[in-house]
Amino acid sequence: MDVLKIATAGSVDDGKSTLIGRLLYDTKSLTTDKLEAIEKKSKANGFDYLDFSLATDGLVAEREQGITIDVAHIYFSTAKKSYIIADTPGHVEYTRNMVTGASTSQASIILVDARKGVVEQTYRHFFINDLLRVEDIVVAVNKMDLVDYNEEAFNKIVSDFGALTQKQQFKAQRITFVPISALKGDNVVNASTEMPWYDGETLLEHLEQLNPSQVEEVGARFPVQTVIRPKQDQYHDFRGYAGKVSGGALAVGDSVTVLPSGRSSVIKDILFYNASFTKVDAGNSCTITLEDDVNVSRGDILVKSAQAPSLTKELQATVCWMDNNALVPGTKYLVQQGTAQILGKVKSINSIVHTDFSGVDATDKLVLNDIGKVTIQLSKQVLNDQFLDNKQTGSFILIDTQSHATAGVGFIGS
Amino acid sequence: MDITTQPIIDTKATLALNPLESEAVYIFREVVAQFDRPVLLFSGGKDSITLVRLAQKAFFPAKIPFPLLHIDTGHNFPETIAFRDKLVKELGLELIVRNVQDAIDEGRVTEETGKYASRNMLQTTTLLDALEEFKFDAAIGGARRDEEKARAKERIFSVRDDFGQWDEKNQRPELFNFLNGNIDHGQNVRVFPISNWTELDVWSYIASEKIEIPSIYFAHQRKTFLRDGMLWSAQDDVVFRAEDEEVVERTVRFRTVGDMSCTAAVLSTADTIEKVVGEIRTSTISERGARIDDKRSEAAMEKRKQQGYF
Repeated sequence: MDVLKIATAGSVDDGKSTLIGRLLYDTKSLTTDKLEAIEKKSKANGFDYLDFSLATDGLVAEREQGITIDVAHIYFSTAKKSYIIADTPGHVEYTRNMVTGASTSQASIILVDARKGVVEQTYRHFFINDLLRVEDIVVAVNKMDLVDYNEEAFNKIVSDFGALTQKQQFKAQRITFVPISALKGDNVVNASTEMPWYDGETLLEHLEQLNPSQVEEVGARFPVQTVIRPKQDQYHDFRGYAGKVSGGALAVGDSVTVLPSGRSSVIKDILFYNASFTKVDAGNSCTITLEDDVNVSRGDILVKSAQAPSLTKELQATVCWMDNNALVPGTKYLVQQGTAQILGKVKSINSIVHTDFSGVDATDKLVLNDIGKVTIQLSKQVLNDQFLDNKQTGSFILIDTQSHATAGVGFIGS
Repeated sequence: MDITTQPIIDTKATLALNPLESEAVYIFREVVAQFDRPVLLFSGGKDSITLVRLAQKAFFPAKIPFPLLHIDTGHNFPETIAFRDKLVKELGLELIVRNVQDAIDEGRVTEETGKYASRNMLQTTTLLDALEEFKFDAAIGGARRDEEKARAKERIFSVRDDFGQWDEKNQRPELFNFLNGNIDHGQNVRVFPISNWTELDVWSYIASEKIEIPSIYFAHQRKTFLRDGMLWSAQDDVVFRAEDEEVVERTVRFRTVGDMSCTAAVLSTADTIEKVVGEIRTSTISERGARIDDKRSEAAMEKRKQQGYF
């Protein structure tokens, strides 16, 4: 079964929760007991329609305040695909959550209120999806019912977006616009009869035909998670490297280099459970054995020798800060790239990046939800994989050495 | 069957992608690499049985490198316990059992009484004691985000403090593949490898992998009685039954298996795994709709988790 991970972003009151509720309702994913709970609650709140946003609002604190405070995961499936929605709140202070949701998603739905058009928040949502190189963006122009399903209102938003796409870095991104009314159900799952001028797909029809991971990366990367050494007679000399392939395929017979040590060998076996394979594509967990007895341990990354990246002890990167303690130059963090954790130090903060595409400014610190450009000095060599070329090894997290919190995420590239 | 004694099959093919399975295997390997003493919380239900298969896959040809821990409430279905013992024996696994009854006997927890009495809440104390006793630093569980709304916000690596508590406002962001298991001494982590699976995904996997599960998941004859629109098992005296609650033999199966005192049966004639998958695919009732413990209040699960419940 295909799985499509989707992030959603919208400003407060754009109707994001209503849209998700509508998707669940129209795909018949809401079970009778959940639907009954929504009906009961809607009635208690004095609504004369079903408040689908109740399908997603999770925690007690949220229900009391009527806001979404963290990434929630919502699941539904059609005959064709399983969908996982990472629902993140749209407030400006929640950049951290939006970045988190987008990091694991192949597609993103950006909601725009048809009455308000492209607003500052839309810029920010688009910026994050560009920074995180989400492959497919669907701009859902919502509340079309409140602008009399007017074609001009929709077209204006499409053309206003042109100004944004000119500024984007991730040129391979595909962007699609769909006019919808989540409340009334127009063009979400079922085609609307109110907008004869629109002959495109409904939102779900579009998601159904998306084929993610079409963007080519520069080469296979295999961060070693653990070494499998069964202490059993029939596998006496077995030394298997467990990991998950990213960025490209690996095959038996491939010449590989172990980084950062630089030693080379050839792939002998590709195993998964009790079977061996000739080839493994990106996205798969497997176990690899090598022809030679080279020293490989957790944290090492196997790459095809012909596609080996350069190594560096100094990274230029864009960082999104996620901790309550500000990032200031000189502080030491554990830098995790792949499965390696290396002590590093922020040498300098070069600028703060405005998420509304208005440029950069000088700064000497990054606080929670800031995005900035930094130079990081490392105690050992790491792969200088650019994030635009390689999503997995081109990114890293910064771990606070005291609290152990994941304090920030970085994207390699200047 | 202990598959690690069997020869490896040469497929001469490309490994087919199963994203959810690959993700779960990746998580298992991160646990073993990052923690000193992981343990798999095993209830004998379908989710924890699926975890066992995924763990086998993650470490083959080595055996599963951690023990199983069963917090036995004493209210388990006998079929579940028999299945547990058989599985452990066949796979050569290490099983640790800790009993809720012991905490009751020591007076550390008080048994609930009345019509809806259940030992579900009491498990937390025994679980935390067991983690402490064996110094386990990672407890792997079969919870899924689609089960319940508080679980929808749970991380894959969920850090708990010394008291086993979950602080939903202070969770670590999980970006890309990164699972940050760095903790202080005394802290522990709950790990959920099948977070992103749905109930249907689990059933489909059990079918395609031909995984054995306890017989109570399939349609069988059972003495039951009706209360609050749900079918309760009347075959064991741990379930309180009023005299006017009439016992009828029905053809039922269990869709979710917890304690006898808090798990309702569903009317079903699905007696094969294929029929069960078909039934789940078309079901209009959610899985936890059959969990009596969740019906207590809207925030029942969230409150239990804050107190250290798994």
